Amino acid sequence: MHLRRRRQVTAVGVAAVATALSLAACSSSSSSPAAGGGSSSTPAGGSPAAGGAKLNGTLNGSGSTFQLTFQQAAISAFKSVQSGMTVNYGGGGSGKGRTDLASGTVQYAGSDSTIPDKEKANFNGKTVLYFPVLIGPISVAYNLSGVSNLKLTPDVIAEIFQGKITNWDNSAIKSINSGVNIPSTPITIAVRADSSGTTQNFSLFLEKAAPSTWKLGSSSTISWPSTARAGNGNGGVAQIVKTTPGAIGYVDYADAKATGLSSAQVKNKDGNYVAPSTQSATAAASGVTVSPNLTFHAVWASGAQAYPITYQSWVLVYETQSSSNTAKLLQAYIGYLLGDGQQLLPQLGYAPLPSSLDTSAKAQLSKIGM
Amino acid sequence: MSTATQAGPAAPAGPAHPLAHRRPLGDRGFQLLALASGLLVLVILVLIAVSTSQQASSWFSTEGLKIFTNNWNPAAGQYGALAFIYGTIITAIIAVVIAVPVSVGIALLLTEVVPYRWARPIVYVVDLLAVVPSVVWGLWGILVFAPWIQHIYASIASGVTGIPVLGALFGPPTSGASFFTAGIILAFMITPIVTSLSREVIATVPAIDKEGAYALGATRLEMIRGAVWPHSQGGVVGAVLLGLGRAMGETIAAALVIGSSATITSHLFAPGYNMPAVIANQFGEASGVFRAALMGLGVLLFVITIIVNVVARGVVARSARRKRGD
Repeated sequence: MHLRRRRQVTAVGVAAVATALSLAACSSSSSSPAAGGGSSSTPAGGSPAAGGAKLNGTLNGSGSTFQLTFQQAAISAFKSVQSGMTVNYGGGGSGKGRTDLASGTVQYAGSDSTIPDKEKANFNGKTVLYFPVLIGPISVAYNLSGVSNLKLTPDVIAEIFQGKITNWDNSAIKSINSGVNIPSTPITIAVRADSSGTTQNFSLFLEKAAPSTWKLGSSSTISWPSTARAGNGNGGVAQIVKTTPGAIGYVDYADAKATGLSSAQVKNKDGNYVAPSTQSATAAASGVTVSPNLTFHAVWASGAQAYPITYQSWVLVYETQSSSNTAKLLQAYIGYLLGDGQQLLPQLGYAPLPSSLDTSAKAQLSKIGM
Repeated sequence: MSTATQAGPAAPAGPAHPLAHRRPLGDRGFQLLALASGLLVLVILVLIAVSTSQQASSWFSTEGLKIFTNNWNPAAGQYGALAFIYGTIITAIIAVVIAVPVSVGIALLLTEVVPYRWARPIVYVVDLLAVVPSVVWGLWGILVFAPWIQHIYASIASGVTGIPVLGALFGPPTSGASFFTAGIILAFMITPIVTSLSREVIATVPAIDKEGAYALGATRLEMIRGAVWPHSQGGVVGAVLLGLGRAMGETIAAALVIGSSATITSHLFAPGYNMPAVIANQFGEASGVFRAALMGLGVLLFVITIIVNVVARGVVARSARRKRGD
């Protein structure tokens, strides 16, 4: 009897383990990643300022790390507007965001660039809406003792970052900065080790502004000269510039300001030397030609006070959503990003959208539907 | 109690059963579970190999043999990966060259020289090195170690400029984040493994051989050379190869301190790149053939580390057989 009992217990144990394993396999495969999750909205009552009913549900997003700080600030501020909604933003890079949107893992993606041609097939012909949400300058940060207002032209920047100008007291730099005492220090260029939208837009700027000088193309990964020092993330590049005398690197303006780096004034398309700031970035975005689907390039924009190395980031969503609740959630959250959320931008080191662009983006919100 | 059951040794005593020659249910269930677990591991390994190769196939078909050229330029669609293969091999060799004498030395010290009472705390401290997470090694390396060692590199480099071989190896350009720094950090990381494996192998040397050597008048060093080493060389070589495999695959620590510059150069103090580092750094924004190229690098790394591990086990097994006198 003792033996039979033991056999029964063992049999039950093996059966239980097998059942558990098969249940785990079944449940993970049957979860629906594309659904917006959450219960249906309760239309009555509620006082939220985001125009309308109290909403419930979860939104997931991923993508551009340029937007990450803004998304995190907006998500926590949005909680007080729609307390029933949970929004998550995972970062991971613009490429990852577009991939996740195409596979249905997330409902919205952050991307610093438009969907490249070779990725268009992943979206199976479904229309993707672009909502610009912020503008940001890329600072050309440098570490040169005694020089506080360095001026640079796109051609000189292109030559520096291709390793053609190797010393600060080169005649090209001195002729632009007449009257400034530039020490004879070797130049160390600081670049990104990881792929990034910042690299993509910086190289796009050089491609547009110095086409005859810049030979390395425009991409999120550039093969820099072998003398370049590479850092991980904007913080890594900022650290290299801060700790290496004679270093020059491209860093998001927010990180340059936070690390206390000096930024060069860059000659813009109209011929003026402009320093990166919230105002000069918004000026750049105002002077840009916007396509009907709200895509544009803010780099090398015209405008007397425009900062030429300004870039932008969009939130991408499908025009046709699978559930009306998801459509409402997206309209509420993106509407917040375009509305009250814009006020969060300056203190985070970004620039808000110019008002005409903001209005067009808000008008596009109604297109999200079923 | 019946003694007529002549089933396997697991057959329990108990009332005789007509089918007593079959294993009891508990045994069979356990056997199946264990078999399933073992097969599962094998299946997962094969699936990883097959699925990564599939994802990488567009790289292999687009580039063909050009993957072995030094031409990594994603912006222009060129994916020649020789610089990363070179970097992986160089950093792993540097790590092994630095770590092995230290590790084997520590192992010999702990088994032959140090009294047992002091050996245990030292073993504990060495094993603590293995507990430090890889990313902490990388952060410490890039924030503390690299800036400090940069000055040492610069002085060595200025000292050897002009000397034929040393100048090519240790001359300028120098950078805190370089092949050599990555090699040093990797050496720190593989020392605990090589030390503990070597120590265990050396500890299995029969005391009678050691006593015999002493009886014949050998000094300690001669005893180690004559009695300990022949017994343990296979195991130690196996341990070294396992450390080599680990050094090749270590990702985040290498990615942070290697300097991220895809160049092939003999200058060990110059920034470089290796396969795990480039995958970690560039995967986020990669798509299409670029992504296939990074997955292909992963496949190459996988294959290389499997080969190194298989060779390691073969060496260990062969020396064990030889020791047993087969």
